[in-house]
Amino acid sequence: MAQTSLSLPAVKAPPNIKNWLGVSPFFLFAILFIALPSVYLVQGSFLDPEGLFTFKNYIDLFSTPTIINAYKLSLQISVVTAIGGGIFGFLLAYAITVGGLPRQLRSALITFSGVASNFAGVPLAFAFIATLGRRGFVTLLLEERFNIDLYAGGFDLYSFAGLSAIYMFFQFPLMVLIMVPALDGLKREWREAAENLGATRLQYWTRIAMPVLFPSILGSMILLFGNAFGAYATAYALTGGSLPIVTIQIGAQIRGDVLHNPGLGYAMAMGMVVIMAISLAGYSWLQGKTERWLR
Amino acid sequence: MNFLTRIRKFPFWSWVWFIFGALYFLVPLYATLRHSLRMERDVIGFKAYVRAFEDSNFWETFLLSNMLAVATIVASVILIVPTAYWIRLRVPEARRITEFITLLPFVIPAIILVFGLIRIYSSPIGIPFTNIDLLQPLTTSKLGTYALITAGYMVLAMPYMYRSVDTGMRTVDIRTLTEAAQSLGAGWFTIVTQVILPNIRSALLSGALLTFAIVVGEVTLASFLGVDAFGPYLFLIGQHRAYEPAALSFVTFLLTWAALGVIQLVTGEQGQGAGAH
Repeated sequence: MAQTSLSLPAVKAPPNIKNWLGVSPFFLFAILFIALPSVYLVQGSFLDPEGLFTFKNYIDLFSTPTIINAYKLSLQISVVTAIGGGIFGFLLAYAITVGGLPRQLRSALITFSGVASNFAGVPLAFAFIATLGRRGFVTLLLEERFNIDLYAGGFDLYSFAGLSAIYMFFQFPLMVLIMVPALDGLKREWREAAENLGATRLQYWTRIAMPVLFPSILGSMILLFGNAFGAYATAYALTGGSLPIVTIQIGAQIRGDVLHNPGLGYAMAMGMVVIMAISLAGYSWLQGKTERWLR
Repeated sequence: MNFLTRIRKFPFWSWVWFIFGALYFLVPLYATLRHSLRMERDVIGFKAYVRAFEDSNFWETFLLSNMLAVATIVASVILIVPTAYWIRLRVPEARRITEFITLLPFVIPAIILVFGLIRIYSSPIGIPFTNIDLLQPLTTSKLGTYALITAGYMVLAMPYMYRSVDTGMRTVDIRTLTEAAQSLGAGWFTIVTQVILPNIRSALLSGALLTFAIVVGEVTLASFLGVDAFGPYLFLIGQHRAYEPAALSFVTFLLTWAALGVIQLVTGEQGQGAGAH
């Protein structure tokens, strides 16, 4: 038996060049517009201004305060909105799936989530300026009706808190979109079996539903993290580039070498790519764990 | 059912979350609409909309963005449909690497993508160690820039487009369709355009509309490549005007809603998240 299974591949696969030729336009496109630009940045990040090989850019990356602060701020915003948006999105998804809300609300919320998770960039920034800006609708409402002065209380739309509030607008809807199918995947039989064995609602959730859902929740939060970490347009439209998150810093570097070292700019870009790659790897690993139980 | 059990069955917390979520959605929209209607002192009116639509720059940039969206969609379909079809039919071993590639745009944010694209395509591309130029710099001509930005948008839209198309092909039996078409004497071009495309049209439509939603308001690529598209225009008037930006933001929201609404109608419930943030 071992003999046959060993010799099988040799019989089965004379590599068919002609078939691979059919997908070559796609690979050519990927090389030209994804691989080549990335390779250029990787290569540039290892070159000093004279074009010689160096590790100095990466050493500088970890010792330049503006860059460290930019990464810190970006990470903070991404983590906060991923966890906040993740929890709130999960609760909403729970409410419209197993939470006992009328069916019509479910489709309304899902439609709205689809729109909101795609509604970003400049228009989103303007919408929040009209809402929570200094003369925004909610700001004035709180001031006039409830005598609460948001801005005197330390809130500022053009800051960490403000940007996080804006990012939440597309973060939690994305969580809703991902979690609804997962919650739908919880089998009725599991609940019934638990109830037959005398489990309480709480026991069912802590012992059965949550362990099944947990990889999916965590994976989705990682996705939300990446979603916020790579965001540029919203923050740029809001502050015009004064809030120093990583994407804004990279933008400034593209417009005119503000770091006075192109290689350092490339290294900063690579740092982002590495963080995004790690989070995507984590996501797909957790996705694999989820699929064992759901769907 | 008596009153007490009904109270106990009432999903209180579900309603709380729902109402809070609904407010988070609706209040910013309401505030934007309200702001956009108050251009004239003490009057509610559509003056900001009239002003915004009077501006010829609005129409020019908006038209350009729509054309770029159409170009992106057409080019993506031409690139991705035959690829996904061929992989399903003949080279299943290419599936993993292809899926990996279509996920790459998630790893490379738009700002990084445009960084690389500018650096590569703003100087002539030659054959190494010779003086022969294969390609003139794309960013120096208008047409070249449009081609470059379309390619960039194709990359941004690729995860959504590929997924839509591939899901569409999973639900129809393309192998049988292909064999049937072949036995009737159809060539490859006929099979893809006359048999495969019509069978995955709802998947194509949802991929196309999602691409449209990504491209029309896109700012990052457009502003760094210096394309006068709608996104940078909106940003620019945001710096100078007070009411028109709110009006246009609201219009953009309605457009996104329309595009996503059609997807929902066509594909049922599965909304999708995209990434032009």
